[in-house]
Amino acid sequence: MNLPFSAQLINLMASLLLLIAFAMLSQRRILSLIYLFAWQGAVLCANTLIVAWSTGQPHLYYSAMITLVLKVIILPWLLHRLIVRLNIKWDVETMINIPITMLIGIALVIFAFNLALPIAQWAETITRSTLGIAIASVLLSFLMMITRRKAVPQVIGFLAMENGLFFAATSTTYGMPMVVELGIALDVLVGTFIFGIFFFQIRETFDSLDIRNLEKLKED
Amino acid sequence: MPWFEFIPLNIVIGIILFWIALGAAGLIAQSNLHYVTRILLPAGAAAGVALAATAFAAMSQEAALCVVPLGLPDLPFHLRIDALSAFFLVLLGLAATGVSLFYAGYLRAGEDNSPGLTCVQYHLFLASIATIFVADDGYLFMVAWETMALSSYFLVISNHRDAKTRSAGFLYLLIAHVGAIGILLCFGVLQAGGGDYTFATMRAVEPASAGWMTVAYLLALFGFGAKAGLLPLHAWLPEAHPAAPSPVSALMSGVMLKTAIYGLLRVTFDLMNTQIWWWGVLTLALGLVTALFGVLFAAVQTDMKRLLAYSSIENVGIVLIGIGLAITFRAFNMHALAALALVAALYHCLNHAFFKCLLFLVTGSVLHATNERSLGKLGGLIHTMPVVAWLALIGTLAIAGLPPLNGFVSEWLLLQAFLLTPGLPNSYLNMLVPVAAAALALTFALSGYVMVKFYGVIFLGQPREDKLKDAHDARGFERLGLLWLAAGCVLLGVLPVPIILQLGSVTTQLIGATISDSVVASGWLFITPIVPERASYSPLIFLVVIAAVVLLVFLLVRAFYHGRVRRGAAWDCGFPLQTSRMQDTAEGFGQPIKQIFELFFRIERHVPTPFDRAPYYQSRTEDRLWYWLYVPVARVAERLSGWIGVLQRGRIHIYLIYSFATLILLLVFAR
Amino acid sequence: MIEAILSQLFQTLLAVLLAPLMLGWINNCRSWLQNKSAPGLLQPYRTLRKLFHKDAVLAHNASSLFRMAPYIIFGCMVLAASIVPMVETNLPFAYAADAIALVGVFALARVFMALAAMDIGTAFGSLGARREMLVAFLAEPALLMVLFTPALISQSTSLNTMVATLGQREFALFPSLAYAAVAFVMVLLAENARIPIDNPATHLELTMIHEAMILEYSARHLALMEWAAAIKLMIYCAIGIALFMPWGIVAAGSWPLLPVATLVLVAKLLVAGGGLALLETVSAKMRIFRAPEFLGMAFLLGVLGMLTHFLLER
Repeated sequence: MNLPFSAQLINLMASLLLLIAFAMLSQRRILSLIYLFAWQGAVLCANTLIVAWSTGQPHLYYSAMITLVLKVIILPWLLHRLIVRLNIKWDVETMINIPITMLIGIALVIFAFNLALPIAQWAETITRSTLGIAIASVLLSFLMMITRRKAVPQVIGFLAMENGLFFAATSTTYGMPMVVELGIALDVLVGTFIFGIFFFQIRETFDSLDIRNLEKLKED
Repeated sequence: MPWFEFIPLNIVIGIILFWIALGAAGLIAQSNLHYVTRILLPAGAAAGVALAATAFAAMSQEAALCVVPLGLPDLPFHLRIDALSAFFLVLLGLAATGVSLFYAGYLRAGEDNSPGLTCVQYHLFLASIATIFVADDGYLFMVAWETMALSSYFLVISNHRDAKTRSAGFLYLLIAHVGAIGILLCFGVLQAGGGDYTFATMRAVEPASAGWMTVAYLLALFGFGAKAGLLPLHAWLPEAHPAAPSPVSALMSGVMLKTAIYGLLRVTFDLMNTQIWWWGVLTLALGLVTALFGVLFAAVQTDMKRLLAYSSIENVGIVLIGIGLAITFRAFNMHALAALALVAALYHCLNHAFFKCLLFLVTGSVLHATNERSLGKLGGLIHTMPVVAWLALIGTLAIAGLPPLNGFVSEWLLLQAFLLTPGLPNSYLNMLVPVAAAALALTFALSGYVMVKFYGVIFLGQPREDKLKDAHDARGFERLGLLWLAAGCVLLGVLPVPIILQLGSVTTQLIGATISDSVVASGWLFITPIVPERASYSPLIFLVVIAAVVLLVFLLVRAFYHGRVRRGAAWDCGFPLQTSRMQDTAEGFGQPIKQIFELFFRIERHVPTPFDRAPYYQSRTEDRLWYWLYVPVARVAERLSGWIGVLQRGRIHIYLIYSFATLILLLVFAR
Repeated sequence: MIEAILSQLFQTLLAVLLAPLMLGWINNCRSWLQNKSAPGLLQPYRTLRKLFHKDAVLAHNASSLFRMAPYIIFGCMVLAASIVPMVETNLPFAYAADAIALVGVFALARVFMALAAMDIGTAFGSLGARREMLVAFLAEPALLMVLFTPALISQSTSLNTMVATLGQREFALFPSLAYAAVAFVMVLLAENARIPIDNPATHLELTMIHEAMILEYSARHLALMEWAAAIKLMIYCAIGIALFMPWGIVAAGSWPLLPVATLVLVAKLLVAGGGLALLETVSAKMRIFRAPEFLGMAFLLGVLGMLTHFLLER
């Protein structure tokens, strides 16, 4: 193990990201999900800072700032306010039970790691070995979206997926151009607002946020 | 060789003939129990010891060949003893000795089969298994295979007045024959136009392409897997083992399943010159699924012999995991590691023979003493049957894979082999195989659970039925047989290095590499499969230290304080009423497994409602594969035979027309 | 040679004699954190002395297995204490077992405990045995996976080599070890009957696992079982320290450094005990049906650690 210290720190951040993605998959309470999402944002911000410092790319500092403000402070606060107003602090219900979900998660992780190995070999950044983890956390967030019955965890899964994509970008190409970055940040913010509005509409129509009720909308 | 030319093969043939002679001698005075149990069976046991000793010596010698002009005119019997055969003959000899000694004390008059008939079936069974191990051509192999299947069928349906026994025997024979077809086809493919069916020819020729080699391997896996109890061809095991008398179940589990392992090894490593890596992965996966399946189902059983049968399925799965690893390593030219995996698998075969035979014989003693097979009616037998209980404890600890007994040695070697897999060239395999190691560790832990249930419910606690107070302990020959096997478990656990050294000659023959040098690098006390810094284990030190500490603490406590004991009622948290029905039943002990692994089982429950006149609760746990695979196949077979049955009219005119039509056809086409 | 034997004896005796003190320290920390007055550091020793003086009361149907089990379990724990490198590596007994054999020794002790619990045939005994085996069958593979991660890093399953590799190379962050550490802490809590799996201070029948198994024991048998449990806790902490904080364990044969190593060990154990007490105070006990999930999480974290090792550290 003779990687430079910054590379080791980035690996550590990557594994923390994966740990948080798994922890989100096994959570039962929505409040903990929001806190984990905030932690994930913090890890992402720290990672961007380390990459910025060790590779000397100043635009990554701005990127880290945006991440901090948006994903650690604003979005969790918005989500918290949302669930307080919708009054849904109860348990998250899942379609398949949690141990099986974890097993599928492990299978996805193996798949993602194997996918990333050949790509990692010809990338030139110091963070190339973390691509597998980034793909894995995207897949795990997707899995979380699929296996939840209520709407709020699905939104959090969507946001976590975006986190994973951001991490993937940082790891292979040292971040995205500033314009793209700002555009995505704006999209995420607007998306969350729209989701919030939808939640209220769903709740008004069905008196519950269980998405299976949406099936009643089909014609037959 | 100083003054005798002792040719192991001749001695082995002699012992086979001796066993057949013993069987025939049993027919002379069929109902004379004393003659069978005091003369014939002990003679069979002595022959077993001789077989084991001969074969052990033969393991390090060169292969010996012999052609016997029995059989058909152009197909003489070829016999050969080499390291692989010798190892399995050792296994057979040692297990047969223990079981024969036990049977001498166990056999009773007044059963459905007369003693002489049992004697002939039993010795024919032993002789046919020995013949399988020394067969050197496909023809003799199949003859011996069929003889083994038939003789064991007759042994299984010893209590043929019971309908369930008969149907279990039928299922057993059916699957045995389905497997035999697979083996026959495999030999056909292997022979690849070589002319005759001797193994020497099969070694020399290569099948036409990798595709045909794969076909041969898959057929071998199917055929031998059916006999070994591999998923999904396992359904006969949990039916046949409980139905058969206990010594027969012991031999079937301990030795007969190993003939399938022997066949698979012979075909894969000896008759085929190269192996393809994904065969190994397939075998490993199948073995893993089988092992998990076996142990999960064992955890929910309520019949003690069914529990042991499922445990046999689990152990066969573990052996196949080792073989799969060996094939994978060999295919990637990592010979030393393949040798390690193969040694682990073979050692586990030997271990399983000992502890499974011991446990099945223990159930035999319990059955004779109490006439109960169901775990729900046993309990507290350690007080009335102490000898059996303590020997069963050795067997239980061994099968749970606890140091310093023998089960742990093969588990340890197998896990060491798994930890070496990161050197594989394929990255998927690199990551999947450690996950397989995780599943293997889970299987080992679950087997501990199952065995605690087995031992605890039968021997510990309070008796669940009143008649259990009259249970008598094992006597005479029964005790001798159990002692022999228990001693084997302890010795194999505490002194594994000589055995591993001898196994080196087997792996040299099959793979071309051996771990013997590294194993003895630190002396006979330690096993060091690769290098001492990497891993080392010394079971003798374990045993000595624990025993020394026990003794020391005992003496110190007596010296400094006292050893006074008072007897009183059990505390039980102050509950005044304590009946035997308050302790866990077998279902209760398996309930957590049933709940966690619900998906694997097919559970049918009848739950009482408040409106029932006579409410009852019933829960049946069954095998899903029976309904998914066996029942549909049986239905298809029935329908097909129904259609073909249309041909059978019963009227002579129709049959004459058939003959006439065939004659016309032949005249037209075979000019 | 003599030095090696003396060092071995020293380590074994240290572990055996200090284990109740560690238990006392953890109980004290817990009391301080919960704003209660502490029982005193030497309380476990007083309890043991009291128990040894008493007459053993056995149930009428207790068998010889029941009477022998505490001695055997104590013997297993003493053996485990001799194997784990606490102050010095390459002690003579350390070659007798590697990490897998260590797990095997714990399994042996556990099986004897479960069998002894089933021996009297009361409802609580078999309840405890069943629950203990339930926790065990998930905790044992999780522990094996946790031990495999440093085994893969140091290319060996021998604890000596692991300590030597991890402790005597330059400082490097291994994310896989981070996973393994989290999983190890979870397994430690489960195997030693701590909150959140089991409450070591409880005597409520329906919530106990470890207590249910030793319910029928008294006097010297109970003393040996309690002592063995304390040694087990200390060994687990020692394994964690050896794998994740191995600095301070000296190589074999360095006599003069032995006192320093002992002091370092004591300091680390104090920290570990305090951390354990903190964890116990902030967690609530889980329902027994959630225990398999907890342990399954530990198991999966162990597997994840191994996979991360393949991805990030090769």
